[in-house]
Amino acid sequence: MDKTPVKPRKKFPFHIFVFLAPAVIIYSLFMVYPLLDSLRLSFFSEIDGKEIFAGFSNYNRLLNDPNWKPRFWGAVKNNSIFFVIHMLVQNPLGLALAALISMKSVKGRDLYRAFFFLPSILSFVIVGFVWQLILSPLWGIGEGIMGFLRLGEYFKPWLGLEGSALITLSLISVWQFIGIPMMLLYASLIGIPDELIEAARIDGANNWKIFWGIKFPIILPTVGMVGILTFVGNFNAFDLIYTTQGALAGPNFSTDLMGTLFYRTFFGQQLQLGNPTMGATVAAMMFLIILIGVLLYMFGWQRRITTYDL
Amino acid sequence: MNLSWDKNKRRISGIFPHIPLLFFTLIALFPIVLIVINSFKERKAIFRTPYLLPTAETFSFKGYITLFERANFELYFLNSFIVVAASMFFILLFGAMAAFALAEYDFPGNPILGLYLAIGIMIPIRLGTVSILRLVVSLGLINTLTALIMVYIAQGLPMTIFILTQFMKSAPRELKDAARVDGASEYRIFWLIVPLVRPALATVAIFTMVPIWNDLWFPLILANGEKTKTVTLGTQVFLGQFVIDWNAVLSSLTLAMVPVLILYLIFSKNLIRNITAGSVK
Repeated sequence: MDKTPVKPRKKFPFHIFVFLAPAVIIYSLFMVYPLLDSLRLSFFSEIDGKEIFAGFSNYNRLLNDPNWKPRFWGAVKNNSIFFVIHMLVQNPLGLALAALISMKSVKGRDLYRAFFFLPSILSFVIVGFVWQLILSPLWGIGEGIMGFLRLGEYFKPWLGLEGSALITLSLISVWQFIGIPMMLLYASLIGIPDELIEAARIDGANNWKIFWGIKFPIILPTVGMVGILTFVGNFNAFDLIYTTQGALAGPNFSTDLMGTLFYRTFFGQQLQLGNPTMGATVAAMMFLIILIGVLLYMFGWQRRITTYDL
Repeated sequence: MNLSWDKNKRRISGIFPHIPLLFFTLIALFPIVLIVINSFKERKAIFRTPYLLPTAETFSFKGYITLFERANFELYFLNSFIVVAASMFFILLFGAMAAFALAEYDFPGNPILGLYLAIGIMIPIRLGTVSILRLVVSLGLINTLTALIMVYIAQGLPMTIFILTQFMKSAPRELKDAARVDGASEYRIFWLIVPLVRPALATVAIFTMVPIWNDLWFPLILANGEKTKTVTLGTQVFLGQFVIDWNAVLSSLTLAMVPVLILYLIFSKNLIRNITAGSVK
């Protein structure tokens, strides 16, 4: 790779402008401007169609008003649980699967990889409905399988119960997306040079020791990347909840995430009109949460871990 | 004695990983297969023998017929196809052009511009929805496919530019220099380089295409009229109305899954090779 780009011309190069303009214009107009304008709106109120500067009053309302406070903190809490379940189930399982299929002795790895990745290319709408059908007591598939495993009595309509709906939805999401950490981790596992592994094997290390002592430290940067991607994706989730539980994220808001709260606030619901400026405020809080996550990752994690040049 | 023991041990350790892998394959595929096979059955069989393939007696197209009578699925497919194809075309073209400029020329502000374009990788475009809706309304684009296409181009560009810039940087210098000596314009050189990064373009295409095809959020907010519904939104609305009609529900789910699955099967080998190739550079 060459690191010094050429300088073909001295005068202002018009062709560079031509190359960059379309991307920069569309990106700025439809992404950067809306993000900034949305942040601006969170400091305004709309009264009779007029925007009035409101300082931090929207934020104050969201965090302290008895109508907003429980919804906001509820969504933050649910979203954190949603994220923790992904970190505890999806990513370790993804790592285990990647470790298994990256073993030299395993045949058919291409097929396994394709199968595990398959659910993640489907839309939330499909995945949500598929699982709703499978877990529906009406069809009895879930109950039937539990019965086959002699666990029939433990079956419950999990998606409809306040205590289990969020965990069930998190696991459905894990089912769908496990292929992504698997693929990323697999790609970095097979990038490790064979000589390194062989040398350790000659020294008498077994597979377990080789994995945790050599492979894992090498792929640690990818592990961190998987973590931050999960974080951003989870705190932006909406479709799965909207499809299975509706915008009200029932039962009794037990599956309400930041995304569904944002949607309801912006567009309203049965008894409440939509409120764009409060919607922008919820979005700004999501922005803040994601930003904190990304900064923690960049400065708390990326700077501290060692990257091995192979 | 010792040798054959070793051989056996190796054979056993070769089988062992397949147990969890097969188990997980079952978990990954079972729900999908279940829906697809039951969509071709009549109602009674869906409930009585859900695990069996459709037989001559239980086979039925009823769900699909309802689907085409009651919902405009042909139109939804056409809409999704237009949105995905147009977005992809412009994402790849504009993305490659910008990546080429960032990789090839040392102009003032190059690193800052690269960083500016990369912010969108981490910040989800959804957070700007309130203002995107206002912008789309003020441009008179509400309930048009153009609105979706513009938003998806903006959404797809950051990652595309980021990846393509890396690949463009490693394009051979000799080729460009030789072309410049021959008096080729910079635009001509761009078109010489594009074929060299084809594998990267394919990977980027898949990675940006799937979320666009599957997106529910923006169709719901920017283009929820009957004429502009995409497959994902159409399915969602249809499923909401026909919850009790099991044939129709299963058929619509199958119909929404199959095109993506077919595309996936065609591209998966290529896709997986490209993802892994990135790490073995």
